[in-house]
Amino acid sequence: MALLEVEDLRVEFPTRRGLLRALDGVSFQIEAGEILGVVGESGAGKSLTGAAIIGLLEPPGRIGAGQVRLNGERIDNLSPERMRRIRGKQIGAIFQDPLTTLNPLYSIGRQLTETMQTHMKLSDRDARERAIKWLEDVGIPAARERIEAYPHEFSGGMRQRVVIALALCAEPRLVIADEPTTALDVSIQAQIIALLKRITREHGTAVMLVTHDMGVIAETADHVAVMYAGRIAEIGPVRDVVRSPSHPYSEGLMGSIPSLVHRVDRLRQIDGAMPRLNAIPQGCAFNPRCPKVFDRCRQERPGLLPAGATRAACWLAEAGNG
Amino acid sequence: MVDTPVLEAIGVSRHFDVSRPWLQRALNREPRRFLRAVDNVSFAVPRGTTLSLVGESGCGKSTVARLSVGLYEPTSGDIRFEGQDLAAARADSRLRRKMNMIFQDPYASLNPRWRVRDIVAEPIRAFALLSGDAAITARVGELLTQVGLAPADGEKYPHEFSGGQRQRISIARALSSAPDFLVCDEPTSALDVSVQAQILNLMRDLQARLNLTYLFISHNLAVVRHMSDALGVMYLGRIVELGPAETIFARPLHPYTRLLLEAIPDIERVGTPRTPVGGEVPSPIAPPPGCPFHPRCPLANDRCRSEKPAHIHVEGVDVACHAVQEGRV
Repeated sequence: MALLEVEDLRVEFPTRRGLLRALDGVSFQIEAGEILGVVGESGAGKSLTGAAIIGLLEPPGRIGAGQVRLNGERIDNLSPERMRRIRGKQIGAIFQDPLTTLNPLYSIGRQLTETMQTHMKLSDRDARERAIKWLEDVGIPAARERIEAYPHEFSGGMRQRVVIALALCAEPRLVIADEPTTALDVSIQAQIIALLKRITREHGTAVMLVTHDMGVIAETADHVAVMYAGRIAEIGPVRDVVRSPSHPYSEGLMGSIPSLVHRVDRLRQIDGAMPRLNAIPQGCAFNPRCPKVFDRCRQERPGLLPAGATRAACWLAEAGNG
Repeated sequence: MVDTPVLEAIGVSRHFDVSRPWLQRALNREPRRFLRAVDNVSFAVPRGTTLSLVGESGCGKSTVARLSVGLYEPTSGDIRFEGQDLAAARADSRLRRKMNMIFQDPYASLNPRWRVRDIVAEPIRAFALLSGDAAITARVGELLTQVGLAPADGEKYPHEFSGGQRQRISIARALSSAPDFLVCDEPTSALDVSVQAQILNLMRDLQARLNLTYLFISHNLAVVRHMSDALGVMYLGRIVELGPAETIFARPLHPYTRLLLEAIPDIERVGTPRTPVGGEVPSPIAPPPGCPFHPRCPLANDRCRSEKPAHIHVEGVDVACHAVQEGRV
């Protein structure tokens, strides 16, 4: 049994003009100690997937169908109070902007000890020692002296380190990291990614890493899910999805990224844009932009089908197998 | 004229006064404080080519962009546009219309209350390039077609377009005065990758078709590699390495360039372990003495801590580094 199982998840937003399906039939699993990268363009539903799992969907958004199971237990139908206890203790979260995650009025030491003491039985002294240990672990220099410092006294990169410590200090089984490095400069970004990878490996924490940066995914994740219009287009081992994608969308996405290693004359481009939620085409959501579209794609929606080492929501995968 | 670079910067600096108010300074006996956003920067952009400036936030690249179109005046040094002093060139509307700028945020840079046709036509009207509504409408239609939109899109408002389409509108506006030189400040960093590819392809097509010269500002080295003929790497207001892009990517000399190239995640490097750059960019208000990069540099020695490195020329590349000069690299 995988640590996290998401099955046929649907998130919907009721509007005056009808129900919008922001996530539709999303299924994946994350094993303990595994990093699953979730990529896609803005509006593909990657952050929403994370929010749905940790029970932080903004109303009127709601889970319309499907299940989320952590350690085999359903967590999608819990009361807000029970979910709040699971968050922090079992699921940690790291968001893009460290300033909005940290409380500006409390010292970082207090935020860490409070988080730990909420979820674990610890004396004040033990909690403080652990907080210092965590700050050292995430690479804050002079942790013992800086534990009384406030968030504004740290630089952006250092703040994100504090956020990582905060997300992990209650030793959750799963961490949802939503664009954890997007607000940071490249040289800092590499430090933070390396840190996240090291610490979660050491603790055997499962990570769902949401980002639009394929480079980050390629170097960090074990598996990757490519999302498009609220659905998973392709999922599989990172090497296979990046090097030999099976879904025409993943293929276009990989080709559109300029590389440091090779220079090409023209980038591959996918014409058009992702459909709006109120205008998702019938059949495969990618069909109007797909260079390989055929009749069936316009009629019937493909499920995830085995395609080489990955699984792709594409009728071509079935044709390839049959 | 053929050999004159479109834009040339000679020893350009731009300092911002960030002192506290006069009274506080007097009471606390504080000196004035200056932020050296750009410090003694020199480069040239030959016609029809792209020079890219890369660096992390606060390195001064956007200040250089603004200096290059005259949105800021240099504190010292010279900027020459087609051989003329930039301030004089800006005063001359025939030269002024030859330079334009594309901004990062396509949501903030288009007036939400104007129709697209008016946004695109504004430079045409401002420079009185065409007279008569019919001629202007025809030209706007042509410009919109050129950037991959339809002439009918001119009737719409910016909010009706996606980010990528808005950036196409910005490009159409920038092209409407028939410029030779475009300063592009992070034109794709607000866009998704597949849309970024569309815009980068469009910019290169337009450059080939209209013989445009670009000064391209970006923090994304992969994008820069795709776009550039020449590359300048900036750190704390200075260009630490400047030369042909392919040479620098093949053989980076400055330790900062090397670390930057090393640090960037790339999809071709699945699972490659890397050594991340340690440390962070220091404050440009109080830059470290000597070489500004020395606190993070693995090769730093006493000379680097005390003496500012001068630019030296190594096989076509300009680099400011004692370690390179002394052959310690």
